[in-house]
Amino acid sequence: MSTTFRPRTKREARAAMGRYGVVGKAVAEADDRFGLAKGGRVLLDKIFPDHWSFMLGEIALYSFVVLVATGIFLTLYFVPSTSQVIYHGVYKPLDGQRVSAAYASTVDLSFAVRFGLLMRQMHHWAADVFVGSIVVHMARVFFTGAFRKPRETNWVVGTTLLILAILNGFIGYSLPDDLVSGTGIRIGYSILLSIPIVGSYLATFLFGGNFPGNIIIPRFFIIHVLIIPLVILALIGVHLGLLVRQKHTQFPGKGRSERNVVGSPMFPNFAAKTTGFLFMIAGVLALMGALLQINPIWQFGQYEADKISYAVQPDWYMGWLDGALRVMPAWEWTGWGHTLPWEVFFPGVVFPGMVFTFVLAWPLFERWFTKDDGIHHLLDRPRDRPKRTAFGAAFFALLFVLFGASSTDVLANFFHVSLNATLWFFRIATFVVPVVVYAVTWLVCREMQTVPGIGRRKRAVVVERSVEGEYTAIPSEVRPGDEHVELEPVPVPVMIEPEPEPEPDRAGAPTGDRRGSRGVRRVLR
Amino acid sequence: MTDVRSGQPPGDGAAGAARPSVPVARLDDPHLQPAARHPRRVEGIVALSFLVGIVCFGGFGGAYWLNAKPWIIGTFFGAGLLALGFGLAAWGKYLMARGPFVEERHHLAGSAAERDAMAAALVQRTGAVVKRRRVLGGLFAAGAGLFGIVALFPLLRSLGPLPGKIFDVTNWRRGSRLVDSNGRPVHVDTLEVGGIMTVFPEGWQNTDEGQAVDQTVLIRVSTLDTVTRPGRETWGPQGYLAYSKVCTHAGCPVGLYEQQLQLLVCPCHQSMFDVLDGAVPRFGPAPRPLPQLPLRVDRSGYLRAQRGYGQPVGPGFFERTTT
Repeated sequence: MSTTFRPRTKREARAAMGRYGVVGKAVAEADDRFGLAKGGRVLLDKIFPDHWSFMLGEIALYSFVVLVATGIFLTLYFVPSTSQVIYHGVYKPLDGQRVSAAYASTVDLSFAVRFGLLMRQMHHWAADVFVGSIVVHMARVFFTGAFRKPRETNWVVGTTLLILAILNGFIGYSLPDDLVSGTGIRIGYSILLSIPIVGSYLATFLFGGNFPGNIIIPRFFIIHVLIIPLVILALIGVHLGLLVRQKHTQFPGKGRSERNVVGSPMFPNFAAKTTGFLFMIAGVLALMGALLQINPIWQFGQYEADKISYAVQPDWYMGWLDGALRVMPAWEWTGWGHTLPWEVFFPGVVFPGMVFTFVLAWPLFERWFTKDDGIHHLLDRPRDRPKRTAFGAAFFALLFVLFGASSTDVLANFFHVSLNATLWFFRIATFVVPVVVYAVTWLVCREMQTVPGIGRRKRAVVVERSVEGEYTAIPSEVRPGDEHVELEPVPVPVMIEPEPEPEPDRAGAPTGDRRGSRGVRRVLR
Repeated sequence: MTDVRSGQPPGDGAAGAARPSVPVARLDDPHLQPAARHPRRVEGIVALSFLVGIVCFGGFGGAYWLNAKPWIIGTFFGAGLLALGFGLAAWGKYLMARGPFVEERHHLAGSAAERDAMAAALVQRTGAVVKRRRVLGGLFAAGAGLFGIVALFPLLRSLGPLPGKIFDVTNWRRGSRLVDSNGRPVHVDTLEVGGIMTVFPEGWQNTDEGQAVDQTVLIRVSTLDTVTRPGRETWGPQGYLAYSKVCTHAGCPVGLYEQQLQLLVCPCHQSMFDVLDGAVPRFGPAPRPLPQLPLRVDRSGYLRAQRGYGQPVGPGFFERTTT
């Protein structure tokens, strides 16, 4: 035998690498150091249920990725300072005016920095989509009962993420120091001020004195770009870690039970789908940033505390709070030398506190109410839990009414109704609509439960009339493609038997099963 | 039913007996076939998406280089990402093994013995220590607790000043001249009847404090001295009325003047204040009238404040005493 083997052809080189080539070698090297083959394989085989509603959380996750990426870009140009500068940038209408450095730098990063406007608008849209997708994702989790034991902790983590997302959204759009967001900060200051006993202290501490002061923009900046994102990142880690540990929930169905998860494996199916989805979300957000104008601060002008514009509205996720401030009657308590401004304290502090406490504690409420202490991995259909579904619907109805109430002035103007009538409509609707929605949802759920075969695709019924005049109804044949044939679920194969060597036929040419082998290659790709 | 059977990984039969059985699939297993009914068609669509992505990224690079309009750069950028992502997602969804595959759920909970061992470790070990060294434990807890409290001092107290009386006062003084935002003093002839402007105490225009706290709305409702409430007989010389512009609800500037109804409207939450009746709130969430600034006309015909507001302006707060 020769002392060293030198591969002379590519085939020999490949053979010398071992059965799985470069990848096999890399796995071996990594496994020697990190012991990654055993657990890594389990991770690759992790099953993700195939249901569209499981995608909603991914939208939130990937909007956050876009937020971080675009946000890093913005920090390179934004100047978080309210010191006054004379503007001499590319935006001519502002030329020579005294503006804050924050406002000037935001205008300049929009117009002077190539790609800047796109990044800014993409960032803003991503924030709106981030909060929105969290809400829709939570609605899915709520209405299907996915928050039940053992997943209550993840429900709490998710709700905390929503609160942080809303808070950071508000703080973020306040940074450019424009007229609209400055008005929002002013209202925020008044809300802080309204808190009994500690309110005026909190307000002067946070703002370094009376409103507006000159410290709030730098403070908001560091909260917005560092503190809250770090907490969000950590909580996302916990959220996903718990998800991997506890495994996904799933809807009941063929071969699915409380003891298994049915779907596609992490690698390569889910990895391909989810990476593609990340690109798609980034793409849609980029298109929104490119084509749909958002927050044109140069049109609003810079913030000055004595100026205001008409029909000022916050970003959508603050709407319900603004609406609550509007519908609240002017109830202020005074006495013993003190003032309790309920008209701001209740809608600005107590009510959102109640809403989020209620959301956070819902798993506890439901457990206490149903006395159900069991572990659940199979999801409910919303109609099968009419009370929970009705409750959730009523809750959303309340928030929707308040959201609508945040545009009383615009609605009154648009429909030519008196502002007073509009406000009173919303005041009454705040109490009536949730009750009505609860009742209607409950009835609809009960009704749906009694319908046989609901949710399944219906077949056409052929009605025939015989010569005697007798009618017979026969369900039609299943049309091809009408019935989705689902196979019995099987474990992810550990090994796939290698492709059989193509057998030479009589003429000596390999035939093989060409169609079959193509199918296989498609699988392995 | 299925083509998956339990067996050993091929190629090492000798060691196989000791290993747990593992599923091995054959290539023609229906679970491993692509999910699409017409894989060729999907393949074409995926290829097309990738090509569109490539073209768009090329367009993005070119548009950026040529400094095209932001929406053009952005459209190429977004469309490229979308096309690339769409192709990849479709590849994963339609061309990869259709499954479905199943994974067993293992009980997260340990056995009763394991739980007992964990609880015992926590209770017995610490319990013994604390019982024997109760004083030490108490001292440590006291130290840690005190640290927790005193650590809050710099975290909170260093942030800003104590409120003191800053919410009770403005910069309006006896004799303060009314000026506009450019510092021009307001003469009795400055406004026509029905006119409105924002004024500041002289010297405080263009300051944060002046704009946020002292901002005052000046309205001329008549040419005759106007009385809005009993006790305010001299406050509205020649029809000039001055009210704090800071809404008593949430602090927005009360910037809208409804001339025919003589209402001041806050654009934020639509509180309405009756201009001729001491700015008493007529509608909306504002709980208190806007404080009125008593005015006088000096000898040269300029408007001056008789004195300050005499009460806090703006939204309510706990220490507010005047009703």
